[in-house]
Amino acid sequence: MKKVYGSAAEALDGLLFDGMFISAGGFGLCGIPELLLQAIKEAGTKDLTFASNNAGVDDFGIGILLQTRQVKKMISSYVGENAEFMRQYLSGELELEFNPQGTLAERMRAGGSGIPGFYTKTGVGTQIAEGKEHKDFDGETYILERGIFADLSIVKAWKADDTGNLVFRKTARNFNPPAAMSGKVCVAEVEEIVPRGSLDPDHIHLPGIYVHRLVQGEHEKRIEQRTTRKREDA
Amino acid sequence: MPWDRNQMAARAAEELEDGMYVNLGIGIPTLVANYVGDKDITLQSENGMLGMGPFPVEGEEDPDLINAGKQTITELARTSYFDSATSFGMIRGGKIAAAILGAMEVAENGDLANWMIPGKLVKGMGGAMDLVAGVKKVVVVMDHTNKHGDSKLLKACTLPLTGKNVVNRIITNLGVLDVVEGGLKIVETADGVTEDELRAATEATIVN
Repeated sequence: MKKVYGSAAEALDGLLFDGMFISAGGFGLCGIPELLLQAIKEAGTKDLTFASNNAGVDDFGIGILLQTRQVKKMISSYVGENAEFMRQYLSGELELEFNPQGTLAERMRAGGSGIPGFYTKTGVGTQIAEGKEHKDFDGETYILERGIFADLSIVKAWKADDTGNLVFRKTARNFNPPAAMSGKVCVAEVEEIVPRGSLDPDHIHLPGIYVHRLVQGEHEKRIEQRTTRKREDA
Repeated sequence: MPWDRNQMAARAAEELEDGMYVNLGIGIPTLVANYVGDKDITLQSENGMLGMGPFPVEGEEDPDLINAGKQTITELARTSYFDSATSFGMIRGGKIAAAILGAMEVAENGDLANWMIPGKLVKGMGGAMDLVAGVKKVVVVMDHTNKHGDSKLLKACTLPLTGKNVVNRIITNLGVLDVVEGGLKIVETADGVTEDELRAATEATIVN
């Protein structure tokens, strides 16, 4: 079992093809697989569909793949921070499927758990429910949402051991575990690969069974909204 | 005098009780955190955190620690982190006691519209549809009228809905109203605002 690769490009070697469906972790610019996105840009893979909560900003995150017109469709809950995204969407070059944030997370978790569909109250009576099966349970109406089964998952974690056990840090966990679960193959980029046995087995956030390839690298970890209070208020 | 933003936030904070787990939306709802006083309230951030703390002091921002508005924040002694599926599991599962949210329109049957205006740039619903569908008590905090002076409390929403029959209480600059059978019921008016003034500014049916 060799999961550790020397670079993001090597970790993706043989996995990319035009028209593929990629499930990506991250929330805003927090906990995004920035090295793998850069490697996909360099690979030039086209007509990509991404399930990802956001679409990055113009020059970071999935935004870098929008600049190069590599993305065909986004499945997201919020895309407000990206001018190029909006330009392509309004001109019809880019398809967009809005999913409520919790529905998107559960679609990933469900797909990765072998559940092809589930019923949720979220979106009942709204545009989101149009064309979807409705079903009543105990007097409440729910709609059917589908599990996500992606060709590839790309995620970012804080630490890994060489077997792919992952530990995330603070709110950078976000969509990474469900995104990792939802792909046929999962590639994870981490800040540090530690020796086997040095992570406490009780403190593993995502077991290595979900992670097929690993790469360690330097992360920019850009901050989207830097908000602070004055020191004297502290 | 109608309430200002801070007075509306302070009034909304009165909705919160000791021990509650609460989700606050962006805008005036964020200010509610400044008025919880000694109450033991745990704030949820739907990107995967319970026990959200204040903004960091300068120099201590952590790119791995943000709220749902993507702002840098801090953790508290009680904080826990979890993934987005777990986060919305607790929202959808009814574990969050209250959500305080902004709105564009609320209808007299509790319909809420706060995510898109057709013809304008649509950024997405984020977690709003999940929150209003799953949280036990949904409190809307918003101005009573829009910038043209038209009521935002309507017989029926004109904008695409975020949720149907989901709002429990509305706090505006003019007062507090509950969604009840048949329409909205006035709970209280802002200091110096009369019931007649509040009724005149409201398109929705007001029941006694």
